Amino acid sequence: MADAAPRRPSIIGRLLRSPSGACGMLLLTGVVALAVAAPWLYPDGPFEMVGAPFSPPLEEFPLGTDMLGRDIAAGIAYGARISLLVGAVATLFIVVLGTVIGGTAGYYGGRIDSAVMRITEFFQTIPTFIGAIVIVAIMGPTLPNVIGAIAIVSWAPLARLVRAEVIAVKNREFTAACLALGMSDLRIMLVQILPNVLSTIVVAGSLMVATAILFESGLSFLGLGDPNVMTWGFMIGAGRAAIRTAWWMVTLPGLAVLLTVLAINLVGDALNEALNPRLKR
Amino acid sequence: MWIARGKYILDRLIRGLPIVLAIVVVNFFLIRLAPGDAAQVLAGEAGAASEQYMEQIRRQFGLDQPLYIQFFSYMKNIAVFDLGYSFRHNRAVSGLIFERLGATALLMTAAMVISVSLGILLGAIAAIRDRTLISHLITIFAVVSYATPLFWIGLMFIIVFSIHLGWFPTSGIITVGADYTGWRAALDVLHHLVLPALALSCFYVALYTRLMRASMLETLGQDFIKTARAKGLGDRKIVVRHALRNAILPVLTMAGVQVSAMLGGSVIIESVFGWPGLGLLAFESLFARDLNLLLGIFFLSSILVVVTNAVVDVIYTIVDPRIELKRKQAHG
Repeated sequence: MADAAPRRPSIIGRLLRSPSGACGMLLLTGVVALAVAAPWLYPDGPFEMVGAPFSPPLEEFPLGTDMLGRDIAAGIAYGARISLLVGAVATLFIVVLGTVIGGTAGYYGGRIDSAVMRITEFFQTIPTFIGAIVIVAIMGPTLPNVIGAIAIVSWAPLARLVRAEVIAVKNREFTAACLALGMSDLRIMLVQILPNVLSTIVVAGSLMVATAILFESGLSFLGLGDPNVMTWGFMIGAGRAAIRTAWWMVTLPGLAVLLTVLAINLVGDALNEALNPRLKR
Repeated sequence: MWIARGKYILDRLIRGLPIVLAIVVVNFFLIRLAPGDAAQVLAGEAGAASEQYMEQIRRQFGLDQPLYIQFFSYMKNIAVFDLGYSFRHNRAVSGLIFERLGATALLMTAAMVISVSLGILLGAIAAIRDRTLISHLITIFAVVSYATPLFWIGLMFIIVFSIHLGWFPTSGIITVGADYTGWRAALDVLHHLVLPALALSCFYVALYTRLMRASMLETLGQDFIKTARAKGLGDRKIVVRHALRNAILPVLTMAGVQVSAMLGGSVIIESVFGWPGLGLLAFESLFARDLNLLLGIFFLSSILVVVTNAVVDVIYTIVDPRIELKRKQAHG
């Protein structure tokens, strides 16, 4: 594309060039800033009862209070920390699992490959969300279990993607040349193949963060979140009981989920166009 | 041709067997992974029961036996579709599940039809009217609903359409106490179905719209479209007869893949709308800590996915005759 000029702008620069990418970055920066600033903005924490219950937005508090008089804004700020944490850590696990498993299968092929393909087929067939529900219900609703459950049910598609990419790169001449030079398998994988599939992993991983956040909010909405932390899904689940009288208790935390996921998807799409310009339509 | 197709269907079902088997194995070990005593876990809410009762459960599930014997008897039970006993409902799990299957099937079918047809329509419009206002609006709609949590859109529908406008009921599948029969009863169910089905299809409409638009744009740029145009065919004919039919294929494939995800979504939507299907049963079993029931639902929904995937593959060979039945293995 036009980017083939000698001085290519940085990835961030290319991200910001597309309007939707810039929008996404702006939104995402806002959410991250809110998450980071939560303890300074609301030093009492999200569970503190600060005012009268059922106070609508723009009266006593900008976003109103819930049925126990807790500040919705504080809940949203602290919820951002959990959502981003779960999204980031779960994605990290997914990326590591998917890359190692998919990469090994693609590189070695043969029996390892077919065994891995069987396993991924299993994970792609089971209803993943119900699987995550079962795991958290059995192991107990703690933050590590929630993250673990999301990672366990979500790594398979990434493994398949990495496998396909690795196979494509493996059959290129430079890999054969490295093999002829006597390079070890591990070195070829890390130094020759990984950099070539990295952009695919980055794009898929960035979109995975959004999926993980949606998963987490769904689980905590169903009451499977860690009861010791404030999450957006929990706020919506709790606000349901007052849906007839207090629309803001379910609406506002849901908007937070929507905007965060939207921001990550926009950044992911823009990242895809910046890193894989050939795919652009 | 028909013999080949029958053989293919059989092949396809057999290929799903290892997965079903793997799910059984996973289920068996999952319940034993739970912290604490497996008997306590299986007893669920009745866990406060006497030691004598626990002993009875241990014997009933063979928990006092070595692991391999436990596994063997578990497999034997599954083979005759004995999924164990729900202590919460005081009934066999399999009976409970089958009772709820119909409602979930209805909800999923409705959501599937809505999302696939709306997705194809919107995607095709966005592609045909590329770079116009309408295509931008469709794209924005797709991007936003792609990011919307299912349970939240469900609750928003309830706030707007049930509470404020009063157009639709907030929950359930029938009007309790109305005792409708015949057409009135069917209409009543349909009236209850509208919001949950729309809420469940929201995300998938977005997904299929994006996919259809991309696929349609690609198809419209291909040589055979130019040929059709050169032949002097009208725009409408080209779009409907040539482009649409080809562009739909990736959407159908994706719809098949998404059945599994949609089942997960229906747990959430059914919990939001009190729709009495498998998902609501799962939600209730969470609260009752009725894990045996939850595992039964997991098992059955996995089988549902295996079967639907096979059915979709078969439909695919009908829609696209180019796919040779024998070579289908590579596409699965």
